[in-house]
Amino acid sequence: MSDYSMKDIEWAKINRDVLASLESPRKEFWIVLGVCLVLVLCGVAAEAYQYNEGLGVALMDRPHFWQLYISNFVFWIGMSHSGTLLSAILLLTQADWRKPIYRFAEAMTLFSILTAAIFPVIHLGRVWNMYWVLPYPNERTIWPNFRSPLLWDAAAITTYATSSILFLYVGMIPDLAICRDNAKGWRKKLYTALSIGWMGRASEWLAFRKTYVLLACFLVPLAVSVHSIVASDFAMSIMPDWHITSFPPYFVAGALYSGCAAIITLFVLLRYVFKFEAYMTTEIMDKTAKLTFAIAMVWNYLNLSEYASIWYSNDMFEKEVLMEKFFGPYHWVVWGMLLCATVAPFAMAFKKVRHNMWAMFWLSLVLQLGMWLERFQIVSPPLASNHEPWTWAVVWPGLVQLTITVASFGWFTMLFLIFCKVFPSVSMYEVKEMVFHRRKASSRTEMEDLNKVKDEMIKQEEGLS
Amino acid sequence: MTLKRMLENWSDLRKQDYYEDEPYMWGMSIDLNKCIGCGSCVTACYAENNLPVVGKERYSTGHSMHWMRIERYWEEPEGEADIDIKESEYPERGAHYTPMMCQQCNHAPCEPVCPVAATYHTPDGLNAQVYNRCVGSRYCGNNCPYKVRYFNFFDFFKDLPSPLEMQLNPDVSVRSKGVMEKCTFCVQRIRSAKDAAEDEGHRDYIEDGTFQTACQQTCPTEAIVFGNLKDEQSQVKQSWVSHEVELNHFEQDKSEDVRGYRVLEELNVEPCVMYLDRVRDTEV
Repeated sequence: MSDYSMKDIEWAKINRDVLASLESPRKEFWIVLGVCLVLVLCGVAAEAYQYNEGLGVALMDRPHFWQLYISNFVFWIGMSHSGTLLSAILLLTQADWRKPIYRFAEAMTLFSILTAAIFPVIHLGRVWNMYWVLPYPNERTIWPNFRSPLLWDAAAITTYATSSILFLYVGMIPDLAICRDNAKGWRKKLYTALSIGWMGRASEWLAFRKTYVLLACFLVPLAVSVHSIVASDFAMSIMPDWHITSFPPYFVAGALYSGCAAIITLFVLLRYVFKFEAYMTTEIMDKTAKLTFAIAMVWNYLNLSEYASIWYSNDMFEKEVLMEKFFGPYHWVVWGMLLCATVAPFAMAFKKVRHNMWAMFWLSLVLQLGMWLERFQIVSPPLASNHEPWTWAVVWPGLVQLTITVASFGWFTMLFLIFCKVFPSVSMYEVKEMVFHRRKASSRTEMEDLNKVKDEMIKQEEGLS
Repeated sequence: MTLKRMLENWSDLRKQDYYEDEPYMWGMSIDLNKCIGCGSCVTACYAENNLPVVGKERYSTGHSMHWMRIERYWEEPEGEADIDIKESEYPERGAHYTPMMCQQCNHAPCEPVCPVAATYHTPDGLNAQVYNRCVGSRYCGNNCPYKVRYFNFFDFFKDLPSPLEMQLNPDVSVRSKGVMEKCTFCVQRIRSAKDAAEDEGHRDYIEDGTFQTACQQTCPTEAIVFGNLKDEQSQVKQSWVSHEVELNHFEQDKSEDVRGYRVLEELNVEPCVMYLDRVRDTEV
């Protein structure tokens, strides 16, 4: 099995290979980075225009007070979820196949949450007053409205961003120490500061392990609550087709779904760009695809049960909005979503697809497109056919909104690529651990040698203290 | 408030009529039988409340700012008299006008969702909007079932030609871009009437008819009646009573031939505006 081929990688080679990703990527890296930078600049220009002229230039209107910015926000927040899932849940369930891929998944979490955080800000009418949403002490003792889901959002996002930075950073400390030992120049200074004097002592490892597992335990419920709160932006309203009790679990499942698809995309890209073929094996892709498939089925179930509960509720408004979704002006969005996110994942039932890297790459993009359409059909069609027939109107997002949407993808990719260039995107120490366990399974004698080394290290340590 | 006190007084907290002791609860009654759809109430509102005239182009993209609007619906043909209506593009009869403005809901869906509490309920039953506090998240606009909240998508007053600023009402602030706004029941008139009443020495009583809202004042057929619902003698209260519409109900229990109803009251938003249904000649 290809899974066990990993045991033949030497430890020094792991260091060498991963550290090489900090030095010499393929040429495509720089091209992609350049394109991303251009996209971000376009987005900044669009936002500057919108800031000066007012939100009307984005072609939102009454009743479409919310549009792409909010659906993008939900999309990016969703994408940030699977990083935590892969890393924290799989850490707690001790699934060791996560080890070569969890680092970039966590980085993806962080950067997609940084991308998501842009959207509620630029969608505000008066961006310059956005800090009023936070409960900060002020001389007039004015508090924000604690009943508003938007305030919960602000709290949830800041908490989630802080904890995922911490989780990413703590998990990286031993690797940063390896980088420090091999780096020169400004990198040496950076890694020295960030590795906070990690020496690899047994006591350090012990404290590290405890902290890491504790953080994982904290992050799992947090991730679920964050997306439930995002769901309550809609579920707490009285709009037909937003006011749905099953939205929180539906959003969490959707988040994990699109996030897993994003992990697959980045998996293939990183494997190619940084030449990680030895670490990111087809075996791991197979497991990730199976996980994605399972989550896709959960999401589909919740989606169908949402339709069913609307249908059987016999609520006049809800039913009409549902029919408008399927047969109204936005029908191709909904049918497109069903095609991309409900039908397409069944391709992953076939082993041939799961084991073909580029097939998985394109499939994951299709799944993400489906999930993006899903967010759009949550936000827009209910607004187009609301309680008040006189205001019914169909509005498609304008150029400014589309530019900023595309720019957000550029912004995310840019941050992610810079991260991969500065920090090790594959966890060296966890891969070594993995190799160690694989060897343990195959040969006893070599293991005994390693155990001796370990015992000696612990003795030395005890002598020191 | 301690937990113990909360549990003891739970029924008080759950009470629907929050401001029992307050002498005022502003309400309206609109007779659709009298409404001819002339739109003078809309014009009056523009003049009184410094509403921007956005122009044809922005009106068509949905950026209009009319706090009050005349909604025109074509009724489904019914009865023998309407048989020919189906065929023609502009039926001569059957148009139904509904002046629609903020319904000043007592359970306003816009209020709990504002992250900065820029919209809140005043004790006299108004759904107030604090322009200075608004950050423009527009959640209130989404959550309004009547869609009567208007957002300043542009800085409409930026290019106001020079002498035109003289026509602005000095009692009402001019809103800038990025702020939500809506009908206030002419709160500036309410407040000055209250002040005048206080100067005369009575804090809790304004005689019915002392002041009018701009739309009421302008309506040629007197379809709009505005006043204090807590005042048993007021015209609006009498209208509500005679048409058997009550506050604090989401379903009115009433006899066949009364015409009063509140729009979308089944959502339990407690609107303060009562409409009197139009009587069609086919029904008589």
